Formats: sequence, structure tokens, C-alpha cells
Amino acid sequence: MSPDLLKLIFGRLGIDSLPLHEPILVGTFVMVALGGTALLAGLTYFRLWGYLWREWFTTVDHKRIGIMYMILGIVMLLRGFADALMMRAQQALAFNGSEGFLPAHHYDQVFTAHGVIMIFFVAMPLVTGLMNYVVPLQIGARDVSFPFLNNFSFWMTVGGAVLVMLSLFIGEFARTGWLAYPPLSNIGYSPDVGVDYYIWALQVAGVGTTLSGINLICTIVKLRCPGMTMMRMPVFTWTSLCTNILIVASFPVLTVVLALLSLDRYVGTNFFTNDFGGSPMMYVNLIWIWGHPEVYILVLPAFGIFSEVTSTFSGKRLFGYTSMVYATVVITILSYLVWLHHFFTMGSGASVNSFFGITTMIISIPTGAKMFNWLFTMYRGRIRYELPMLWTIAFMLTFVLGGMTGVLLAVPPADFVLHNSLFLIAHFHNVIIGGVVFGAFAGINYWFPKAFGFRLDPFWGKLSFWFWVTGFYMAFMPLYVLGLMGVTRRLRVFDDPSLQIWFVIAAIGAGLVALGIGCMLMQFAVSFLKREQLKDVTGDPWDARTLEWATSSPPPDYNFAFTPVVHDNDAWWDMKKRGYQRPLIGFKSIHMPSSTGTGIILAGFATAMGFGLIWYIWWLSAASFIAMLAVGIGHTFNYHRDFDIPADDVIRTEDARTKLLAGAK
Amino acid sequence: MTIAVNPSQTGEPVFYVADEHPHPEGYSTSLGFWIYLMSDCLIFAMLFAAFGVLGANYAAGPAPKDLFDLDLVAVNTSMLLLSSITYGFAMLTMQQNKIAQTQMWLLITGLFGAAFIGIELTEFAHMIHEGATPQRSAFLSAFFTLVGTHGLHVSCGLIWLVTLMVQVWRFGLIEANRRRLMCLSMFWHFLDVVWIGVFTFVYLLGVLR
Repeated sequence: MSPDLLKLIFGRLGIDSLPLHEPILVGTFVMVALGGTALLAGLTYFRLWGYLWREWFTTVDHKRIGIMYMILGIVMLLRGFADALMMRAQQALAFNGSEGFLPAHHYDQVFTAHGVIMIFFVAMPLVTGLMNYVVPLQIGARDVSFPFLNNFSFWMTVGGAVLVMLSLFIGEFARTGWLAYPPLSNIGYSPDVGVDYYIWALQVAGVGTTLSGINLICTIVKLRCPGMTMMRMPVFTWTSLCTNILIVASFPVLTVVLALLSLDRYVGTNFFTNDFGGSPMMYVNLIWIWGHPEVYILVLPAFGIFSEVTSTFSGKRLFGYTSMVYATVVITILSYLVWLHHFFTMGSGASVNSFFGITTMIISIPTGAKMFNWLFTMYRGRIRYELPMLWTIAFMLTFVLGGMTGVLLAVPPADFVLHNSLFLIAHFHNVIIGGVVFGAFAGINYWFPKAFGFRLDPFWGKLSFWFWVTGFYMAFMPLYVLGLMGVTRRLRVFDDPSLQIWFVIAAIGAGLVALGIGCMLMQFAVSFLKREQLKDVTGDPWDARTLEWATSSPPPDYNFAFTPVVHDNDAWWDMKKRGYQRPLIGFKSIHMPSSTGTGIILAGFATAMGFGLIWYIWWLSAASFIAMLAVGIGHTFNYHRDFDIPADDVIRTEDARTKLLAGAK
Repeated sequence: MTIAVNPSQTGEPVFYVADEHPHPEGYSTSLGFWIYLMSDCLIFAMLFAAFGVLGANYAAGPAPKDLFDLDLVAVNTSMLLLSSITYGFAMLTMQQNKIAQTQMWLLITGLFGAAFIGIELTEFAHMIHEGATPQRSAFLSAFFTLVGTHGLHVSCGLIWLVTLMVQVWRFGLIEANRRRLMCLSMFWHFLDVVWIGVFTFVYLLGVLR
């Protein structure tokens, strides 16, 4: 075939795009291929495809979509963490003339992929998954406002993750750092596909995130059960509301800034170039106008989880509910007024830097108020040290530490010294791991029995907890020290041998975290095997306080046979206290949305379009785009998207639960 | 949904809705669509901001005074404003359940919209022909992107309009179609408002500068 024809069909994709010269990648590919083939073969052998398609891939049930988000987050955590281990090993080894084991070309991709994956495809899916699962239950709703959109959002997030994973074996990922600052990320300095993978992975996933934000805001505003006023909403629902407002008000900024970068790269415009009037610093400003709210998008739901967990396991109403709500709202607003602290060194002058330094410090006030609220909730409480509570206590200690180093960094003169140093790296891992990751783990341990009807095994959970917490401190405290000594981030080799010991300690810490992750996977496996022993039939294993515990575990498709009516904060606690009797008769048919495959099909075409754009395979992009349009418009011709669960089915489900409950007594 | 939140006659508190009616179809749609519009508004806000930062960076290339033909832009603006009015008429006739007239006004709206796009493309072609390409300077990059994004939105609106006309033709002015027409109406007027911003900040102030 002529080269022209090949180029028309494959764009810039060729045999040499496969990283056959990188033994680490070839080895990984072999492992993934073997594992993947085994998984696919297993699914085929056990005839699970139909089940998966009908019950999971096409489902519009917020609970199942929530679980799928969690699975995505945990799978991507393994990938992102593998990158972390490689970096820690590289930096521990690359002393005394050694180059370590990662060539620069590969190392730069590893640190970029680590950041992108951990934020967009681990933290976001974990947080979104928990919100998706829990919020409709907490507000006594049957599903979200737009169930089909929910399914579509999930698959778009998966589409983005697929593109990032493809970059591992086809071509390469960006070598620019996780925010891809120009001019480095522009076509002149990054002519390869790496940055294009970055752009299209985030654009595809970003559509999903924005739509899911709109969906959850509507759900919380419109679908609360009778009696649940705003100031009676559980704190997790409040923080979810604020997080989704932040999502809708910040992700479009990311969309625009990435679109402008793609115009620079594909069309040759001059937004972020050095000449023809472009301004690279505008990119940095714009991306942080998204980026700083993003931090709070991740951590606010975690704050909500800790609030639920603290009051449940202290056996007390949350201290200072109102102040908690206002603190959340204040953080939401302030998170838009601090973005410039990410680049004090830009040179915007003393007044501008002072403004952003002060607003940054002010954020610690509402956050501190929350911390005291949790402490006062625990004060004189009857605290049960179950796993969710353990994670919460670890969070409180760790997050305060991270917050204090954050206030240090907020001082512009100090930041001029610490900017881009390992001190910064230690700081944000301190708050993101200590806040978001510990929060997600608290949430997983807390709500797992709700989702599956049995608890997670506490032994392996505690083992995982202790490995994670000690591993975290060992991995990141040395980075504070190194940062203060002036070591900058993203270095591959070092000259000064006296630094090595700190990197070795950090690598050992990362090893401990690896054990923590291993124990967590064991915890899932062991809990599944021991599910009869760990079973909970009451639906309320923790003696909890909010509405999600009022229904069975796992909840029926329709969540509540009758929509609950709320009279107080901690509605379920109020119901238990006042002798609520579960209704046994009078069930009716329930109106529910039907499953549809449109979401996964659209997301599949969007991913194909992204792939085509990355590799300049224009026919693929055009065809996928037209297909998307056709499928999308075709979907609007379907006017019958709901069905009724017949009363008989409801009666059968509820009677089964009545029998179970009677057996438990 | 009307239910008694107060204690029932026996004095027992009511903890669930015994006689429940599901939320009507499209219960959350207008709120959801408003929120979507606001997120879209943010996209334009960012593009306006980018234009504000880069709008005077001509890189020794052509400036607004050399490029903009205000008469043509005025004609173009009137096309879009008229299309908003005719969409308003479509909504009025929809309220009166007059299918044929609704369709007619929708068609006229679509023609005005298409004329707007046509004139815009002519303007773009003329500029590019003169060498004022998006690659020429940061000002032109920001100009083409902001105005082009608006044009892209109008084009999407046109595709949506045609789709809805087909749906009204096939299924009539049923509740779902009314809701969809309402959403498109908000979208269309929103684009009008954005265009007024474009006309003022990009064209008028550009020529003054």
C-alpha cells in the first residue's frame, strides 16, 4: 500500500507507535493481556455477558452505577499506584551516578500519568460513586433526576479512563506534568500523541463529570422526600450539593482551556504560544480557576462522609449541624478566590499575591470549624472504633497536619522558596490522601453493608488501615524534609548522595502502602467468602441515623416501598426513637425508569472519536461523530422510557424482607 | 405531591407517604436545563475572558478597524434578533395548540438562524481570504474561537430545531414535545443574549479601540 493510503487509514499510527523497545511496558502488556484474556474467557465461559449487559452496563439504577464508579476507581487506583511505586523506586535508586531504571522519556510519562489518573480516574470516580449511591437514598428518592444521563456520564468517565490506559500500550502519554502547561505542552515541544491522549481523555471524561454534576444538583433540589427541608438534609447530602455546584461551575473552565490548547495544537492558533501575542500564563490562570475548586470537589464529599461516620459511631447527633452547613457553603465560595496561590511566582506583584495569600489562609477558618465540630461530636460520645471511625480519626490527625503546611505555603514569601519543591508534593498528598482517600475508605467501609448486605471483614480492614497510615507517614514526611532542603519535584536523578536516605525511607513507605492496598483487596475477597458470617439482615448494621439505613441492604430497585416522611435531622434515628413500624400492607406499583444501552453506545463512539483525533485518523473521528449524532437524535424519538414495577413484585420483595427480619429477631 | 406531614388523626406521627403519586414526567427538566445553560454560559465567559486578555495582541497583523464591516454585522445581528422574536411567536402559537402555525414560525426561525450562520461564514471566508486567519495573531485566534463557538451553538440549535419539527410533525404537540420546545426556546434566547455580548465587546468596542 502506498504511504499516502496508509496515512489516510491509520493517521500517524504505525508499528513503531507500539513501545516494543521498553521491556517494562512489554512486560506489563503481557500481564494485562493474559489477565484480560482470562477475564473475558471467564465471562464467556460462565455466560455472564448477557447478565452484565442487561443488569449493569445498561442500567439506570443509581445504586448500580454508583457501584460501577467505585469499581472503576479501585481498578484505576492500582494503575496509578503502580506509577507511584515506580517513581519512588526510581528516586531511591538514582544516586551515585546511577540512572535508576526508568529512562527520562518513560519517567516523565509516569509522573504525568500518576497525577492525571489519581485525580480524574481514582478520586473522582470514588467520590462520584459514593454520591451516586448514597445521596438518593439519604433524601428518600427513588433515583436521580435524570437516570439515563447518569448512565451516560458513567460511561463517558470510563471512556476517558480507556484512553489513558490505551496510551500505555499504543503510543505514549504526556510528558508534561499533570496540568500540561504550555509552551511545553504545545505542538512545538510535544509533537507526539502524549498531550493529545491527555486532552481527549479529560474532555471525554469531563463531559460525563459535568452532566453528573447537573444531575445530582437537580436530584437534591427537586427530589427530596416530604419534610426534608434544606436544613434537615444529612451533611453528606449538603456537601454533595456543594461539590456538584462546584463541578458545574468549574468543569466548563477545564473544557474551554483544553479546547483552546487543542486549537493551538491542531489548528495552529496562538492562545498559549510565545509569539504572535499568545500568553502561556493565561493557560496557567485558567486551568487553576478550574483546578482549585477541583480540590474542594474532591474533599467536600469526604468531609460529609466523616460527618456521617462521626455522629453514627459516637452515638450522638452531629455537633453544630448549622455551622457545618455554613462552613461547607463558605468553603464552596472561597474555593474560587484562591487559584493564584498555585503560582505566586508568576510575578503578579505584592498586592495580588497578598490578596490570594490571605483568602487562602481564610479557608482554614471554616475548615477548622468543621474539625472542632467533629471533635465536639466525639466528646462525651460512646465511640465505637469500627473501621469507618478509625479512618476518620486518622483523617483528623493527618488532615490537620496537611492543613498547617498548606497555611505555610499560603504565605507568598515562603512560597517563593517552597514553590515546586517536594514540600509542596508532601503537602498536597497529605491533604488528598489524608482527606479524600481516607474519606473514600471510610465511606466504603461504612456503606458497603448497605450496598451488598454484608459487612467488610474487620481484621483485614484493620491491617490495611495500619499499613496505609504508617506507610503514608513514612512515604511523605521525608518529602517535607527534602522539600525544605530545596529538592524540587519531578527529578529523575540526584547528585547529592546525602539525600538518598530520605528517598529510601519514602520508598519503604510506599511499599507499606502497597501492603495496605493488598490487604484491602484481601479484605474484599475474604469478606465475600465469609459473607454468611458477616451478613446483616436488619439493613442498619451500625445503628445509624440517616434515611439510607431505613431500607433493606441491598435496597430494592425502588429504594423505598413508600416514600419516607421526615420530621427531624437524622430522620432514621428519629423514626427509630419514636417507634416507627415498617408498613406491611398497602403496597402499590412503583413507577421507575427503564434501562437503555444508548449511554454506553454514545460513550463508545465518543471514545473512538477521541482515539481518531489523537492519531489523526480523521475518517474515524468523523464517522464516530456522525454516529453519535444519529444515536443521540434517535434516542430522543423514544418517548417511553419508564415502566411500572407491578404491586405484586413490590409485595413479594417486601414480604421476603419481613420474613428475614422476623428470622433475625 | 400533597401529603400530610403533620401527625395523623390518631396522633401517631406519619413516617411514610401511603398514597403516593410519582413525580410528573420532566419534573426536573427545566431546572436541569437552566443549570446546563449556566455551565454553557461559563464556557462563553471563559472565551470572553480570553478575548479580553488577547484581544489587543495584533502581532503587527490586522486590527478590528481593518477587518470588521459593521454594516454586515448589523444585518447579521438583526437576523438573530428576529429569529428570537419568531421563536417567541412559535411558543405563543404552541400555547394555543396551533400545530401548523407553530411549525411555520419554527421554520421561519430556522431560516433566520441559517441566514445568520451563512452571513457569519461569508464574513469568516472574507477575513481568511484577506490573510486574517486564526493563526495570524492571538487577537484573531480569540476572535474566531469566540464567534465560532457561538456559531457552532447556533448550528447545533438548528439541528435541534429540525429534529423537533419532525417530532412535532409526527407526534403532535404532546407534553414531551412542548417541554422540548421550551428548552430549545431557552437555548435560542440564551444564544441571543450571548450574541449581544459578542456584538458589543468584540465588534463595537473593537472598532472603537
